[in-house]
Amino acid sequence: MELLVAIMIGLLTACGIYLLLRARTFPVIMGLTLLSYAVNLFLFVMGRIGESQPAVIGVGDGQYTDPLPQALVLTAIVIGFAMTAFVVTLALRARGELHSDHVDGDADPRGPGA
Amino acid sequence: MTLSLIIFLPLLGALLPPLFIRLGRTACAWSAALLAGTALAILLYHSPAVFAGETLVFTQPWLPALGLNFSLRLDGLGLLFALLILGIGLLIILYARYYLSEHDPMGRFYGMLLLFMAAMLGIVLSENLLLLLVFWELTSLSSFLLIGYWKHRSDARQGARMALAITGGGGLAMLAGILLLGHITGSYELSVVLASAELIQAHALYPVTLALILLGAFTKSAQFPFHFWLPHAMAAPTPVSAYLHSATMVKAGVFLLARLFPALSGTELWFFLVAGTGTATLLLGAYHALFKHDLKGLLAYSTVSHLGLITLLFGIGTPLAAVAGVFHIINHATFKASLFMAAGIIDHETGTRDMRRLGGLWRFMPHTATLAMVAAASMAGVPLFNGFLSKEMFFAETLHAGWMGEWSWLLPLLATLAALFSVAYSVRFIHDVFFGTGPRDITRKPHEPPRYMKVPVEVLVALCLLVGILPAWTVAPLLAAAAASTVGAELPYYSLAIWHGFNLPLLMSLIALAGGVILYLLRFRLFALHDRIFPLCDAKAWFECGLARTIAVSHQLTAWLENGSLQRYAMLLVASVLIVIGTSLWGTTLTGPVAMGTVDGVTLTGALVLGVSALATVIWHRRRLAALVLLSVVGLVVSVAFVRFSAPDLALTQLSVEMVTILLLMLALYFLPQHSPAESSTARRWRDGLLAAGAGLSVAALAWGVLTRPLETISGYFLEQSKPGGGGSNVVNVILVDFRGFDTLGEITVLAIAAFGIYALLQGLRLPSPTTDGEGRPWAEDRHPLILSAVSRPLLPLALMVSLYILLRGHNLPGGGFIAGLVTAVALILQYVASGVVWTRERLPFDYIKLTASGVLVATLTGVASWWFAHPFLTSTFEYVQLPLLGKFELASAMVFDVGVYLTVVGSTLLILANLGKLTLVSQPHEETK
Repeated sequence: MELLVAIMIGLLTACGIYLLLRARTFPVIMGLTLLSYAVNLFLFVMGRIGESQPAVIGVGDGQYTDPLPQALVLTAIVIGFAMTAFVVTLALRARGELHSDHVDGDADPRGPGA
Repeated sequence: MTLSLIIFLPLLGALLPPLFIRLGRTACAWSAALLAGTALAILLYHSPAVFAGETLVFTQPWLPALGLNFSLRLDGLGLLFALLILGIGLLIILYARYYLSEHDPMGRFYGMLLLFMAAMLGIVLSENLLLLLVFWELTSLSSFLLIGYWKHRSDARQGARMALAITGGGGLAMLAGILLLGHITGSYELSVVLASAELIQAHALYPVTLALILLGAFTKSAQFPFHFWLPHAMAAPTPVSAYLHSATMVKAGVFLLARLFPALSGTELWFFLVAGTGTATLLLGAYHALFKHDLKGLLAYSTVSHLGLITLLFGIGTPLAAVAGVFHIINHATFKASLFMAAGIIDHETGTRDMRRLGGLWRFMPHTATLAMVAAASMAGVPLFNGFLSKEMFFAETLHAGWMGEWSWLLPLLATLAALFSVAYSVRFIHDVFFGTGPRDITRKPHEPPRYMKVPVEVLVALCLLVGILPAWTVAPLLAAAAASTVGAELPYYSLAIWHGFNLPLLMSLIALAGGVILYLLRFRLFALHDRIFPLCDAKAWFECGLARTIAVSHQLTAWLENGSLQRYAMLLVASVLIVIGTSLWGTTLTGPVAMGTVDGVTLTGALVLGVSALATVIWHRRRLAALVLLSVVGLVVSVAFVRFSAPDLALTQLSVEMVTILLLMLALYFLPQHSPAESSTARRWRDGLLAAGAGLSVAALAWGVLTRPLETISGYFLEQSKPGGGGSNVVNVILVDFRGFDTLGEITVLAIAAFGIYALLQGLRLPSPTTDGEGRPWAEDRHPLILSAVSRPLLPLALMVSLYILLRGHNLPGGGFIAGLVTAVALILQYVASGVVWTRERLPFDYIKLTASGVLVATLTGVASWWFAHPFLTSTFEYVQLPLLGKFELASAMVFDVGVYLTVVGSTLLILANLGKLTLVSQPHEETK
């Protein structure tokens, strides 16, 4: 199980990073989203994975999962949304001002980064 | 305590002149003089104790962990220098009042001068070596400002930059040296360092330490081969040159030699480094001074030469040589300051400093001429003037220098040769300016300067004479006190008499005087010879060329590293992270001792879906809509994974965030091209693929490493205290709103800021709307399908009720402000999607900005409220109440906080999405250019 989870996190990271390195804003945003899935999962499993109960007192046999990473990841998900929204807006603004969706803001598709 | 006032008064005084300039130039000068004068009075108040042999120390811890204390020390050497700095400083303030023209900003001048004065006083009064370094750097910076005072002149700017580069570089070396010294002795306090000579000199790091500290001293005191900055610093106004290059800035280097003399001197290495450098500088300066046609140029090289002489004396290393060195510091300060001021007067009254154009000024300004002649005689070492006394002592010491073996005749010979040149340029200074024919090509008629401009020169010249004729009655106690604290031991016997009988030093003096006059008579032939030998030797050109090349190289390097491509930066960032993680993971045992759990079929299926859709997102990323759909699948599987691994709160959050995120991306996609062009080369795709694979592998390895190790968590406390301490059984929520409530407050603030930022970014944005979708089909005429709106409207109250339920139960069961807020936001956004922005805005007239702000406000006030009950910020409380119909019910203050979270989440999510959605209204649809 642990191996499977580790591989999945690695895979999400790799996919996210590859898209992050693309030249256009939209794939980069998708890459960021994938990467944040990976990061959230990574942080979450720092509390280990297992057959324990959700950390709600009084439910189950007292074997609870670690609630702390969950609390951290919960806010991370929400903030992640805010950041994605911010990047999206930046991309739209860049498109409006520069008439290009290249990350380098270059109207010429073969800009300095190409 | 009053010791620190000696430094702080001028430092505070740096602020006064720029204010007092409004009251006039004289008031401005008075304001500067007042504080320097008070500092001098405090110094004099302390001086009897120092003359009695005491060392006053004042210590105030500053950063004791680093060994940096604000500790000051007033001993004989410090007293001598502080007297020079403040005394000559006061004279300079008076002189500059008449020297500066109406156009020069006088307030700034005095401000910078006092700043420099404070920094110099800091150097000479520091007990702590690190503190000394701080002041040392401050002198470099403030002298940069002073040299570049006439900032409209390029030579002033270049001279200032050169001085800063050389002395600043030396300061860096000195920093390293002093750190090593502190490492060797274990303390930066001078009293410890000066007492550890044996420890220091026996240490393996002694040569390095010595070389680094000497680099600092030599650059500051313009020793060969760093001497070239000093002549170029002459672009400064003459009062600055008179101050910096007679008594202060350049003396800081020799001060350091004197200060550390007990700790560092007495070795063969010290002798050859210090005496060798001193001799080279002495000769080089004396030679070049004769060939400068500019008055200040002559004085500058003469200063270099005299600094070399002092350095040579300290290098010889005997106590008597140190006495002579300290004595020459005093004498040089007096005669050189007065000569600079005289040169300034001549420049001021004739408009030129070129000795080829000057001459015959005796007729116009006999008073100034007399003063200059006395000072120049002192510089040449003529008997009855103070320069003669220290020069005699210098000659005597060169005869007794150790370490030279059978070459011991060399040092006296070179010393005599330098003195010979010194006589020649002194004669030239007087004869070429005041006698002979001329002046030529002078536009104005020269006359004596204003009365008070001469007073500082008169004071200094009187000192030259008094010390020269009656040394034992004037300078002897000060010299004894300063020399004693320099040597750090009992002083040997020496006599300050003018007449010691016929001896070798007197003979050397006579040779120098006679030879110097002969050399001057031959000057025109020498000038021609010099011009033939050294036509190309221009250190400034080399320096500027080196500087230009360094700048060019760094420009190239910057352009190569920072070419403006964000795509490239992202690549470099990933690559460097990869290198850091890779190297630290390399060779470690990854797998831990914990056994793996088994994989069930459902989980495996989920993982397969996750992997396939993630990979498919990447493969089809250029077809954006398809990729987006696949991305949403990944998000769904991630939220299911949270369910699978017992995190219901996370699953709910992820699910609702997923919805708003995908909606957001859909909206964005509407305004962006539907396809990405295929523009990456195959090599780039391979490179990025390898980077991505590497990053994925390292993250997987890290996750694997952690997951196979036993868990050590601090969560036990939270699990135990959740119910009794926080009054809730959903530990995740209690952590969010109670234990770590302050974090959550920070996070909702960030959320609100992001939403406001987006709102601001979207203001005035116009984007072209496409008329067709990615496949070229025109958009549907029916913008708001009937079925969707018909279904969504009755759903709204239901969804709102569910979210309210989730909010209220969140403290005890999965839910809470974040999730409830997101559910509400999704329900409301659905109305926007189904019925359009206009329709929804009419029926939902909320100001989302105010809603977001009120959420943060409610959360903050919940925290503040605990202050009223004398508890720390965000202390929570709870109470059980009996409500009709509902029965026993728990109310916690943390729930109010959660309401704040709820409002913030709803407000900011809607602020973001509704404003993005509004873009579709303002944007005029037209054909997109492909």
